Amino acid sequence: MAIIPKKHEMPTQDARVRARNFLEVATGYPLEVAVEEAKRCLNCKNRPCVDGCPVNIDIPDFIKLIAERNFEGAYQVISHSSSLPAVCGRVCPQETQCESKCTLGVKFEPVGIGRLERFAADYHNEHAAAPAEIPAANGHRVAVVGSGPSGLTCAGDLAKKGYSVSVFEALHTAGGVLVYGIPEFRLPKSIVAKEVATLKELGVDVQTNVVIGKTLTIDELFEEGYQAVFVGSGAGLPNFMGIPGESLKGVYSANEFLTRSNLMKAYLDSPDTPIMKGGKVAVVGGGNVAMDAARTALRLGAEHVYIVYRRSMEELPARKEEVEHAMEEGIDFRLLNNPVEILGYQDPENPRNPMNGFVTGMRCIRMELGEPDARGRRRPIPVEGSEFMLDVDAVVMAIGTSPNPLIKDTTEGLEVNSHGGIIVNEDGLTSRDGVYAGGDAVTGAATVISAMGAGKVAAKAIDAYLMTK
Amino acid sequence: MYEIVSKKILNPTVTQMEIKAPLVAKKARPGQFIILRTDEMGERIPLTVAGTDPAAGTVKIIFQIVGGTTEKLNHKEAGDYLQDFVGPLGVASKLEGKKRVCVVGGGVGCAIAMPVAQALHAQGTEVVSIIGFRNKDLLILEDEFEACSDKLVVMTDDGSYARQGNVTVPLKEMLEAGERFDEVITIGPLIMMKFVVAACKPFGVPVTASMNPIMIDGTGMCGGCRLTLEKDGKKVTRFACVDGPDFNGYEIDFDEAMSRGRMYTDFERHAYEKACNLFKKAE
Ligand SMILES: Cc1cc2nc3c(=O)[nH]c(=O)nc-3n(C[C@H](O)[C@H](O)[C@H](O)COP(=O)(O)OP(=O)(O)OC[C@H]3O[C@@H](n4cnc5c(N)ncnc54)[C@H](O)[C@@H]3O)c2cc1C
Ligand SMILES: Cc1cc2nc3c(=O)[nH]c(=O)nc-3n(C[C@H](O)[C@H](O)[C@H](O)COP(=O)(O)OP(=O)(O)OC[C@H]3O[C@@H](n4cnc5c(N)ncnc54)[C@H](O)[C@@H]3O)c2cc1C
Ligand code: SF4
Ligand code: SF4
Ligand code: FES
Repeated sequence: MAIIPKKHEMPTQDARVRARNFLEVATGYPLEVAVEEAKRCLNCKNRPCVDGCPVNIDIPDFIKLIAERNFEGAYQVISHSSSLPAVCGRVCPQETQCESKCTLGVKFEPVGIGRLERFAADYHNEHAAAPAEIPAANGHRVAVVGSGPSGLTCAGDLAKKGYSVSVFEALHTAGGVLVYGIPEFRLPKSIVAKEVATLKELGVDVQTNVVIGKTLTIDELFEEGYQAVFVGSGAGLPNFMGIPGESLKGVYSANEFLTRSNLMKAYLDSPDTPIMKGGKVAVVGGGNVAMDAARTALRLGAEHVYIVYRRSMEELPARKEEVEHAMEEGIDFRLLNNPVEILGYQDPENPRNPMNGFVTGMRCIRMELGEPDARGRRRPIPVEGSEFMLDVDAVVMAIGTSPNPLIKDTTEGLEVNSHGGIIVNEDGLTSRDGVYAGGDAVTGAATVISAMGAGKVAAKAIDAYLMTK
Repeated sequence: MYEIVSKKILNPTVTQMEIKAPLVAKKARPGQFIILRTDEMGERIPLTVAGTDPAAGTVKIIFQIVGGTTEKLNHKEAGDYLQDFVGPLGVASKLEGKKRVCVVGGGVGCAIAMPVAQALHAQGTEVVSIIGFRNKDLLILEDEFEACSDKLVVMTDDGSYARQGNVTVPLKEMLEAGERFDEVITIGPLIMMKFVVAACKPFGVPVTASMNPIMIDGTGMCGGCRLTLEKDGKKVTRFACVDGPDFNGYEIDFDEAMSRGRMYTDFERHAYEKACNLFKKAE
């Protein structure tokens, strides 16, 4: 049988339509397409794709089951290794992970592993009826700080082993970046809500509105009888560039912009939380966060949206699919450009003019790529005398985040590295006995799947630790 | 959900409530705040902890009705519930070792200043309080301040009660008369705090200002509450929710803070009118 050289295409909403709504962009493989795509897999003996997946999902096995139309079976295979397949199938950077190692990818396009994973997970969510079985309690209590992918995974794995687990979340909704950062059009909130509901069915106690370090400290958690703590508090502290004009009205961190839209529901028609809509928007940065902010701005009604990134298309760190989608939707990519100053309105006649202090433009400089640095990335260098003005009404800074110091500052003996990341060993154990950590809080901003993987590793280690007690 | 245990109207635009939130009640210290949401679609708003009863597990808040959310909050009654209530947030005020302090409050800022004045009084500090209001109808907490101050001066802008003028008038008089304070703590409208700082400057008295920028999460995640300080000639950015809300008054860029505070003025007016219309229809 001849090999089909290309992946089956993912059906998507038309670019012009979706650029103005918040519905999911990619609508998922229909059943027959999924089966056909699964049949492209060669079921390689040496399973290179499995090595490309940070949690080593048995990829050929689940794909074979899809080809055989045993969809629930496929889901079960995935769920041995991953607790959030409906999420990872949608947001994993497959092109640098599993799919980058696919044999088929040498000559043709790789198997659409992520798309098939999403299909199996969505199929399960639609058809599975049986509620999760509540395991017998083993009498041990564990506290989890943060309800992002690392925390949810750690909590789920421990609950399945009979631990009594409480998750403490600072915000009013559980899910971490999956609810406050990644927008509805890429990851519907209902999927995350379902994952959280499944955890609750397993007996996990999810307490929102508790800030560890403020409402309760880690030491107090131990005093209250928790025998181990997992810290999955993420990397939520936004960076700014430190250029003039960054405090003008209309300059947002990506976290603020996306939180206002997602968590605070400014994307719906009648929320109480305000956000700037319309006008021309520049998003600074080139990662997933930047793409999400740019496409959110467009959907909120912006007339023109720029991505301003200091390197070239090749270095753009965002998922390939998001970049393609963004381009189709009409986002204007200004590559090899860097902002040097943001300018604001000032009425010389009237200091009380309400327009004073609002963004009117951003001065940028062109960049060129120099020699590769230690990590092999070519360093951008400003081209002297190449400054120009971009006429914009709002600027969103999406240039990275760091771990929040709140927990470090309130937990004696918890060691962090120079970037604020909590230091852990290969089991996720921190410098404090019984305190484990993982996800972005350890690595700095990374990926959903790596955070989930870290939650799994820590759950295993916590189990081993408490079983000796 | 968090129960409203009691409600008291202090004046036509200022209301006091006690909320059942045992963890917050146990932890909160003067100068800290909470963030609440009235309902599932509501905005997150910060309010200062105006007192706690750890035994009863309640937290007191005092708020001025200025917009959509505070209007909705004011329509809740004892026995009703709030959707969310999180805290205590921010850094507690540093009060140790102070012998004589002047507390300068303006408007609803007096509600924020009150727990600080009370804590100072309780630790034996000599407290001089200056509280100012636009007019007599807006006066709040006079008795409470009387009880925790060694000296109290009440001012109204229009002279409809007590002494006429701004809070800076008696402050300047005291400083000029040679009165010494270890610190001046000021809480109120930004413009008032800016002038308090200016009044103190010639005398070199340390001034702490409590900043109230627009906030969302209150945990250092969004950066929306950022303000610019000038430290040793260098501009630095700080997040009021985690680094504050108290800052060295001499370092604060008040003009920028005032400008940022007006970012959503138009939107807020609409939200307020909407909330008011909603309640009018319901009535
Ligand atoms: C806009 C955006 C788009 C992204 N897109 C992708 C993508 O396409 N693919 C991908 O793989 N990755 C993506 N990422 C990265 C990915 O989301 C993160 O790497 C991942 O969510 C990290 O998970 P985590 O569990 O470590 O932390 P988080 O998801 O950050 O969750 C941490 C949680 O802990 C809570 N918390 C923090 N401090 C405390 C405290 N003191 N007490 C209680 N709770 C606390 C926070 O409120 C939060 O809910 C994106 C990130 C962003 C911001
Ligand atoms: C740390 C902190 C502590 C505070 N403590 C108190 C308190 O104890 N009692 C009290 O009455 N108020 C307090 N505030 C102010 C209070 O949060 C705002 O009045 C409230 O958010 C207004 O919400 P709204 O929807 O009713 O009005 P909006 O419609 O949002 O705003 C109406 C008006 O209030 C101003 N405003 C909006 N947000 C804020 C804000 N965060 N701070 C100050 N002004 C704002 C707007 O500029 C506008 O003029 C505090 C604010 C902070 C940051
Ligand atoms: S979890 Fe991510 S990396 Fe692993 S198989 Fe699925 S899509 Fe690929
Ligand atoms: S490498 Fe590709 S073709 Fe081979 S088993 Fe994995 S997914 Fe199938
Ligand atoms: S309110 Fe978001 S960082 Fe302070």
